[in-house]
Amino acid sequence: MKDLKLMKGNEALAEAAIRAGADAYFGYPITPQSEVLEYLSREANNRTGMVVLQAESEVASINMVYGAAGTGKKVWTSSSSPGISLMQEGISYIACAELPCLIVNVNRGGPGLGTIQPAQSDYFQSVKGGGHGDYRLIVLAPSTVQEMSDFVKLSFDLAFKYRNPIMILTDGALGQMMEKVEFFEQEEREFKDLGWTTIGKPKDRDHNVITSLHIKPDQMELINIQLQKKYREIEENEIRFETIMCDDADYIITAYGLVARICTKAAELAREKGIKVGVFRPITLFPFPYNEIAKYSDQVKGFLDVEMSAGQMVEDVRLAVNGKNPVKFYGRMGGIVPTPEEILEDLEKKIERGDL
Amino acid sequence: MNEKEMLNDLHYENMIDEESVCTTENIVYEKPHSLIDTEMHYCPGCGHGVAHRLLAEVIDEMGIQSETIGVAPVGCSVFAYNYIDVDMTEAAHGRASAAATGIKRVLPDKYVFSYQGDGDLAAIGTGETIHTCNRGENILIIFVNNGIYGMTGGQMAPTTLPGMKSTTSPFGRDVETMGNPLKITELVAALPGTYFVTRQSVHKAVNVRRAKKAIQKGFEYQKLNKGTCFIEIVSNCPSNWKMTPVESNKWLDSNMLPFYPLGDIKTPNKKER
Repeated sequence: MKDLKLMKGNEALAEAAIRAGADAYFGYPITPQSEVLEYLSREANNRTGMVVLQAESEVASINMVYGAAGTGKKVWTSSSSPGISLMQEGISYIACAELPCLIVNVNRGGPGLGTIQPAQSDYFQSVKGGGHGDYRLIVLAPSTVQEMSDFVKLSFDLAFKYRNPIMILTDGALGQMMEKVEFFEQEEREFKDLGWTTIGKPKDRDHNVITSLHIKPDQMELINIQLQKKYREIEENEIRFETIMCDDADYIITAYGLVARICTKAAELAREKGIKVGVFRPITLFPFPYNEIAKYSDQVKGFLDVEMSAGQMVEDVRLAVNGKNPVKFYGRMGGIVPTPEEILEDLEKKIERGDL
Repeated sequence: MNEKEMLNDLHYENMIDEESVCTTENIVYEKPHSLIDTEMHYCPGCGHGVAHRLLAEVIDEMGIQSETIGVAPVGCSVFAYNYIDVDMTEAAHGRASAAATGIKRVLPDKYVFSYQGDGDLAAIGTGETIHTCNRGENILIIFVNNGIYGMTGGQMAPTTLPGMKSTTSPFGRDVETMGNPLKITELVAALPGTYFVTRQSVHKAVNVRRAKKAIQKGFEYQKLNKGTCFIEIVSNCPSNWKMTPVESNKWLDSNMLPFYPLGDIKTPNKKER
């Protein structure tokens, strides 16, 4: 029998983490993702013994994650844009110390305190760094409540496979909207001695140290080389994407997350008018599917990138297409969600003008 | 043979035979097992070395090396993990007590301590310090207060005394414009989550013994899940105070201690004892 539930995206994240056997969550309330902490506070500890702690700030949350992740436990946190900004220092430390953990950003409109409405304006921050230093997160962008659940499980698997922090980059609309979701079976919480963790030093091994401090430059360069090697491996193995009606498309819309679904509707409307439009949806924003997008550049007349931002992912689409086709952009900002009709209208206008 | 040469000969004749004296049976004082045998980066005369040793002695004596996890700060003691032979995490500046909270919450049966300086604990990390203590996290916080930012070269700290000179208060700390020193130890003692709060020093033998006793109590109370134990160690900074080690200890006695008086600030009531 299918374990189907009707649930908000934020609650699906929380439920999935419980089922994935997460050991601890440290978080701080912020709209539009407070349901995560609320749901966990009700459900988590009594069901699996998961530690759920409301910290005094996002700065404290991420550093609690840092401490706990160093023990090899499955730990995670979530927040929304301003809170994620506060976490960036900690994320940089976690990336350098190579600690597995999950960070969820339920993106809201910025800059500044901004708005509590959905946006995709944290793409640069999530994908290009965010904190200081050369590091990468694996960034997953769900487009349905179902994927909110699935990607939590996937995130923990990837986090431990690569000893790397994972970010789920979603938005306030997906966090708040209810959809049906089929959950995976409850997994046991298990504790393994991974060898490198700070769990108390047995007599027969040297003490383990979790640190991001390597004061000698030659040492620090080695650490960087090691990190970059891992990121190349991730690029080799973990690219995920979805193509919708791309096989015969004359134009491809690139979009991620919820916007990809809106663009799918726009593509259907276009096809009713005889314009062959497809949608390319990157699922991993890092690693980005550069080659997979590039493959379509011989087939199509042009690309339209659509985002709830001033145009951030479009830079990566341009890198992928590398000048072979025009890559144009349509976006709404500040918490406005574009409609399929306005996306189609913009596409038609650009085709008519000869931009595409 | 002149007089000098004769004395020299006599000296060598009376020399102790090292091999017969330096035997394991004759050892009266040795490096604690939990202290790593390596050169420390601390300046000569600095209190950190003594504080590290005390921690290691207590860990040895309680037999808890395999059950202890430490958190190092950012500051002079950033490399504490190179010296104390237990599993350790190096936290971001000010966040040691948050990292320690994370560790303790997922490993509640282990002994967890943070080791932090005044800039780390009482300036940038004030929020984490207060909330960790207020939640009564079952950890031991060791707070080394030398009234100055040592690692960055002697800038004014939250604990720099009124009138005290530093590189960023070159004419002395003017409390009118620079604010007052923060007695954070008294502050956390007022919180219900702290169980044992004390201020110690390591500048004299008697104080070293008292500080060690306090650290031992801190770990013992942690075993009983009593709440946060907070031990301030008032210390010196010969390099940045620009004094010899001896002068700095005298200065500590006559200037730091009147402002930061030693002794227990909050102790468990007799019933709990």
